[in-house]
Formats: sequence, structure tokens, C-alpha cells
Amino acid sequence: MSEPLVRVDDVARAYHARRGLFGRPVEVAAVDGVSFALGRGETLGIVGESGSGKSTTGRLVLGLEPTDRGGVVFDGAPMPKGGTAEWRRLRARMQMIFQDPLGALDRRLPIAEQIREPLDIHGVGDRLSRLDRVGDLLDRVGLGVDHGRRYPHELSGGQRQRAVLARALATTPDFLVCDEPISALDVSIQAQVVNLLVDLQAEFGLAMLFVSHDLRVVRQISRRVVVMYLGRIVEEGSADDLFATPVHPYTRALVSAAPTPGRRLVDRIVLGGDPPNPADRPTGCAFHPRCPVAEARCRVETPRLVDVGAGRRAACLLVAADATPNREAA
Amino acid sequence: MASASSLVRLEGLTVAFDGVRVLHGVDVELARGGTLGLVGESGSGKSVTWLAALGLLPTKARVEGRVLLDGEDLLAASERRLDAVRGGRIAMIFQDPASALNPVLTIRRQIGEALALHRGLSGRAIGAEAKRLLDLVGIPDAERRLSAYPHEFSGGQNQRIMIAMALAGRPDLLVADEPTTALDVTIQAQILDLLDLVRRETGMALVLISHDLGVVSQTCDRVAVMYAGRIVEEGPSDRLFADPAHPYTRGLIGALPPLDGSRRRLVSIAGTVPDPKAPPPGCAFAPRCLHSDRRCAVAQPSVETIEPGRRMACVLAVHRREESAGAASSLARKETAAS
Amino acid sequence: MARWFALRALRGALTVALVVTFAFVVLRMSADPALVILGPEAPPEVIAAFRKSWGLDEPIFVQYLDYVAAIFRGELGRSMRDGRPAIELVAERIPATLALTLPALALKIGIGIPAGVWASLHRGTLVDRAVMSLAVAGFTVPSFVLGLVLVLVFSVKLGWLPSGGQDTWTHAILPIVTMGVGGAAVLARFTRSAMLEVLGQPYMRTASAKGLPWARAIRDHALPNAAIPTVTIVGFMVGTLIAGAVVVESVFSWPGVGRLLVVAVSNRDLAVVQCILLLVAATMVASNFVVDLLYGLLDPRLATGARGAGH
Repeated sequence: MSEPLVRVDDVARAYHARRGLFGRPVEVAAVDGVSFALGRGETLGIVGESGSGKSTTGRLVLGLEPTDRGGVVFDGAPMPKGGTAEWRRLRARMQMIFQDPLGALDRRLPIAEQIREPLDIHGVGDRLSRLDRVGDLLDRVGLGVDHGRRYPHELSGGQRQRAVLARALATTPDFLVCDEPISALDVSIQAQVVNLLVDLQAEFGLAMLFVSHDLRVVRQISRRVVVMYLGRIVEEGSADDLFATPVHPYTRALVSAAPTPGRRLVDRIVLGGDPPNPADRPTGCAFHPRCPVAEARCRVETPRLVDVGAGRRAACLLVAADATPNREAA
Repeated sequence: MASASSLVRLEGLTVAFDGVRVLHGVDVELARGGTLGLVGESGSGKSVTWLAALGLLPTKARVEGRVLLDGEDLLAASERRLDAVRGGRIAMIFQDPASALNPVLTIRRQIGEALALHRGLSGRAIGAEAKRLLDLVGIPDAERRLSAYPHEFSGGQNQRIMIAMALAGRPDLLVADEPTTALDVTIQAQILDLLDLVRRETGMALVLISHDLGVVSQTCDRVAVMYAGRIVEEGPSDRLFADPAHPYTRGLIGALPPLDGSRRRLVSIAGTVPDPKAPPPGCAFAPRCLHSDRRCAVAQPSVETIEPGRRMACVLAVHRREESAGAASSLARKETAAS
Repeated sequence: MARWFALRALRGALTVALVVTFAFVVLRMSADPALVILGPEAPPEVIAAFRKSWGLDEPIFVQYLDYVAAIFRGELGRSMRDGRPAIELVAERIPATLALTLPALALKIGIGIPAGVWASLHRGTLVDRAVMSLAVAGFTVPSFVLGLVLVLVFSVKLGWLPSGGQDTWTHAILPIVTMGVGGAAVLARFTRSAMLEVLGQPYMRTASAKGLPWARAIRDHALPNAAIPTVTIVGFMVGTLIAGAVVVESVFSWPGVGRLLVVAVSNRDLAVVQCILLLVAATMVASNFVVDLLYGLLDPRLATGARGAGH
């Protein structure tokens, strides 16, 4: 196997949060030891609910936020510290798009100028060729020249996200992090953008980290998927396998809770309890208070992410036991 | 269409803001204890329909048509009468439960208001009934939590509290406007389960407004699909999802990535929702429709019944009716041949 | 909780110390009190003696240390004019000032808040626009201009009310109105925008959806929320009770703290000026502190931190 484009090794990040007027600051682990690798042209989906640390992971990988522990290797070299000149140079090769395209765009500049900006910054080509390139990019994301002349507020949500994509692609990056890029869009527009992302990913050979709460969209776009819960990966596998035969009880509940048109409310695993609070992490397996199959030891023992065969990994004491049947015999 | 058991009937409901029509004559009917899902994208008018029906739109909105609750027209009712209906016979819950509850009032106070208004309770009886309601919607430690404020609960718990508040007036109809959109997937499942449970226990009718086809099909027997201020298709949930008739409904279902089976390219609907200030002539969906022809640009298609209990507003309706009649007769022929 | 109080007290003390230090430095750098009080023709040896007796011949930081040490002993210096303790001079003026500022505060609250609420409930109507035009006029016209106009109309033209002095209660009317109008205008605008913000919140729609009559929804749901930001402005107004009447007292020659301050500044009566500034800073800090406490009472989102720290 060749060297992956991005290797994330045991990254962790904690925040300090204060509760209330009189509160003392408490340490909140947003991401707690996440590792994965991403090959060139490959898409990895990160699925999780609020508080899972999926968005923080995306920012850590790009160096937009410093890690407390662990590191990221990009194209064989350690990721330079965020904000340094070296890191800024590298930024041309790694881009990010967010849920809210209006917030990511400058309201006072026409779209075309914003797409040209990264070309100016990184000094790509001469003036004329940059203009050409902006036209190409607009065309590539399904916008016309007249869209380029408009301001962000004159575009629809889907068109804005296309504009953000065009800008991200301007510097022909190798790596794109998408954080809930279509969650704010209407269903019919979501499909347009998903198709566009799939096309662009194939055409540009992009490696993509796709962060979303939407299982369907993640499956559609990703080759491999990791599921996060309370700052840790609980399951990893190929998109097809993972959603067809989820192993971890949390993934099983997620898949079963995903609403499907035409399917009634039957045989569903409905998890009790609230989404987990990173400031109040349960002992042992963090999922145990909501887990339908938890045992006594889940409260004390912390499961590690282990290989469960067929390129799958899972962090569950019960699953690990199933997957290594020889343990008892040995 | 009218039937004796009908609880609520909207007839030709239109809404305009500053002269711009956003709702173009909605007709829909809901039976006592029935469940109706209202699906559509933003701007389709699905929320506006029910806010208008309950007189909850800002005063600048012009609402016309009839909203019949057991035969009484709510649009013609006095403000006092409406206050008795709202929260009493028809309750409503909203998308973002954290901001739908008043941040500076305790839960007891907010549930208690509804109990005092619609059940005439006071003093200690309010506390006891509020506790019972919190128990019912699954808030643990209800007694103590009554004196807590909304920010001390999670999003899912706040939606449970909203449901408890809605149940306080023992309504005949609960209108849930995107009740799970702001919530995580696992919490969404909890809330939908809870809605289904309380509906079956109390026998109240439910209108579930959502942009999510899956959410609606899980909970509702009937579904109406809205586009640009009109109902474009309506029918029994299982039939509508198994065999969508309107090109827009088909587009919506095709746009949804599958969770199992082989991956296919998504069938996206080109273009965007029309601007209500400049609606296209004829069918509002025509500019985005794969099947549109000359007829579609001429006039708004009339609502046609395509099979018993199913209607749609599309020029394909006639075609469709013949098709399903044909299919039925060919099926009948096959059956005769087999016997 | 104790930690919070300690932090607030420390911050308050720091604010007061900064004000006092700043005032001290600025006053010493401006004109020489000896020259101002004794006059430019005074013989040099008299001036030297004056400076020595008041310690003005010492280096400025020595003067400063003496001053701070005196504060900790509870001494706020003596007037260079008549040698009486500064605090005494100031204290005897406070009732006169409060006789203006307290009724003016009542006027601000009594008119400003209802006007703001009323305008918000009739947004966009003629009523709203009229109230807001008045409000804009009310706080763009400086109080000395307004004061003079009122004097012109009610004293000079109509002869209904006295134009200055402190002999009867009628003397207080014009200064109170002058102060009250500007504050009421500020409060009205502020209350209106706070109310509009609240009226647009989803919980107001929830209140209607549960069948709460609109008037009760306003009273029980909107007002408590709109009160939270409004308290800040009222708190600021309370903070200016002692020294907020400088201009008006001058216009109406009202013998309050504000007049004392003006006179003391022009006389370079250092101890008196510093005493007043210290008092002003202290009332500001105190009212800020009360506002913060009120926040905790009005907004449970802030208060629960205290409960949360308990477990």
C-alpha cells in the first residue's frame, strides 16, 4: 500500500468551558484520540451527532486548530503549525467548505472576484489566465458568467455553495474537508450538490473528508466511513458494509433511526437518553448509558478500536469478544 | 370529499404578504384521530398553512378561505374564541424547542398557563397535573424539574416539554411544525416515537410538517406534498411513497440517497424554487419538470383524483388515472386467466 | 459564588483606583492651584508658603502616595478655599442634587419605559413614529439648550415658573424636566428595540399558540425578557444620580454637587474635585454591581451557574 495523503495519528483537543455566571472553567475533551488515514483521491466520511467531535476533527486535520496531542502527516511530512508561512503555503493544497456558504463568502465582493482571490494570493498564472480559470471554475460547478458578476446575497443557497466550491477548487487542491456542506440546503438542491461533489472528486482526484450527521449523504459520497461518539471513533469500515451490517450498537441505532420514506415506525432501535455531553463523559465505554446491550463491565472498561475483520474496526467490548472467538479457548 | 368524521377542513386557504401570494388555495381535510404529513421544501407554504389556520401569522398577512373546525370557521372567529381554540382544541409545537420556550419562566409556569387557560386548574392541581404530563412525555425526576428553566434541559427534553405543554389542553389536533429538524438523529427517533405514543393514547389527530419525507412516512397515514404554495399531490402514505405520481414527488424521492443497495447517481431536480414575487405562468413546477409540455405553461393544472383517495395537480393526472385503471383491469384479466 | 463576589469587588476597586489616579495626574498637570486661588499678583513668598502648606512643593509621586495613604485613613483632604474637609462640602450638597436627580430618574423610567413598550406594540404606525421622533429629538438636543429653551418659554415668556435658585419646590420643576426628557428619550428607544427583539422570538408565538390572550402574553412573556437589557440602561442612570446634574445645575444655578464640581474645578480646589470624582466612580461601580446582581435575578440562564457549581 502506498503512503496515504493524510495520516491522522491519535489527535486530541480539549476546550475550556465555563458554566454560568459564577462557574469555574472545566476541561471538555472535544476530540480524544482519533486516528485514520486517507489515500489520494479517496473520500472518508465522518458521521456523528452533536458533541461527537466530528467538526473539530475536520479542523484539526487542516491545522485550523492546534492539537493537544497527536499529529497529522500530510503528503509524507508533518503538518506545519497553523498560521505559519509554511502552513499558509500548504493551504493552497487543502481547502475547506462549511455548512453556511453565506458566512464563508464576502458580502461586499462579486462571486468571480472571490474565486480569483486565492489565485492572486498564491500567484497562479498571469491576470488573463486567472480570468480564464475563474470562468472555467464557474462553469465546472454549474454556474454561469453572469453568476460570477453577482454578489453572494443575490444567489440562492445552492448557488452559493457552488461558488464556495469553485473558490476551494481554484488552487487545484489535493485535499478538501467538507463540514456539513449541504445540511442547510433543501432536499432537491442537496442532490444537485451531492452529485456535483461526487463528479468533482472523481475529476480532480481529490481526497475528501466529508463530515455530516446525514448517513445517507455520507454513504453516497464516501468510500470509507468512521462513526464518532463523544470525541472517539466507535466504528470504521467501507461505506457499503458499515451501513449494511453495522457492528457497533451505536451505529446500529443510527442506521435504524435514519428515516426511510415508505417505512413505518416498526422494529426500530430507539436509543434512550440525550446526546452525550462532552463535559460529562461517562466512565468506561462512553456509550454505555444509552446502549441497549451494555453489560456491567461496559461501565468500567474502556473499549479500544480494534480490528473486527473485513477491513472493519469497532470499539465495543461485546463486539471485540465476538470477533475474537479464540480468546476464551486460548 | 366532505365526511361526517372530518375534524378540520381547510378550504381554498390563501395567504399573501404585502400583496405577494405565498399560499394559493389549499384544500385539505383531516379526520378525527387521523394523521396527516405535510411535506415540502422551504417556501412551499407548509408551515404558513397551519400558522394561517390558527391565526398565528403577523397581522400584515392577508388570509382568505375557510378553516373549518367541526364546521366552525376559525378565520371568522373572534380573537377570544381563537384563544380558546389555540392550545385547547388545536395545539402546536415548533421546530427549535429551545427558543420556543420562554427562557426566563419555569417549566411549571409555562405548562401551568395552558392548564389554567384550558382546564381551569389552579394552585396545587396545576403542579400535580404538570408533573403527570412531564412523566407522560418521559422527563425523569419530573417533580423536581418543574422548577427548572428551559436552558437546563437538552434540546430533546425541551421538545418533550413542548409536547407536554401541547397536551395540557387535551387537544383534538396537534400540529407539529418540523418538530425534529433541530435535533440529532437518535433524539429525532425518540420524539417521533413519543408523538406516535401520545397520539395513540389520547386519540388526537396529528399534522406533521416536515421537509423530511422519511420522518413523515414513519408517522403519518396520509401525506400531502406541497410546492410553491400548493398541494401538488396527496394520498395514503404507503401508496404515495411506493408509487409517487407527481413529477415533483418523484423528484424528491429520487433525490434521497439510499441507505442500502447499490449506489446510483441521485436524480436531482434542476433549478430552484420559484420566487413567489414572480411565479412562472401555469404550473409552478413546470420550469423544473422533466415531463412538462406546452399545456403546463398555460394554466395551473386542476386537482384530479388519480385513484381512490389520491389526488394530484398535474396534467399527467388523466394519463395516470388511465394507467392505474388499465393496470387494475389487466391485473383482473390475469387473475381471471389464472383461475 | 464567593469567588465571583471577590472578583467583582477587586474589579470595582481597580476601576475606582484608576479614576482617582487619572484625576490626580490630570489635575496636577493643569494650572497651579496656588496661582488660581491667590491670584497672579500675589507675592512669590506667599505663593511659596501656600504651596508648602498644601504639600504642592513635593514631587508629584510623593503627593500621590500621601493622597492614597490619606484615603486609606478615611481622609479625603480639605478645601484649599476655606479649609473645611472636602467630604463635608460635598455631603451637604448631595441632598440638593438628589432632589433633582431622583425625581428626574422617576420621570425617565415613568415615561421612557411605557413609551418604548407602547411604541413597540404599535410598530410602524403613526403613534410609533411620533414617539420615536420625539425620542430622537429628546436626546439629540443637549440639556443646556433644552434648559434654556424651557426657561425662555416658561419663565421669561409665560412667567409660570422661576428660572433659577432653590427657594421653593417650583424651582425644581424646570431642572427636573430638563434632565428627565433626555433620559426618557434614551430609555424609550432602548426599551422599544428590546421589546421588538423579544416580540420576534419564537416563544411569543408559542404563547399565542397555547391560547394566551395577547395582552397577557405581553405582560407575562415579553416584558420579563425585555427587562433584562433595559436594566443595564436604568443601572447606568442610577450611577449618575450624584453627579449627573452638572450641566443642569449650572444652567439653573442649583446649589448641588454638580455646581460644586464646576466651581471647584475652576478654582483648582484639588481636594474637592478629587473627592467628587471618587464618589462618582464609587456610585458607578456600585450601580454596576447591582445591575449584575439583578441580571442574575431576571435571567435564570446566568443564575444557574451558581447552582451548577454546587454539584
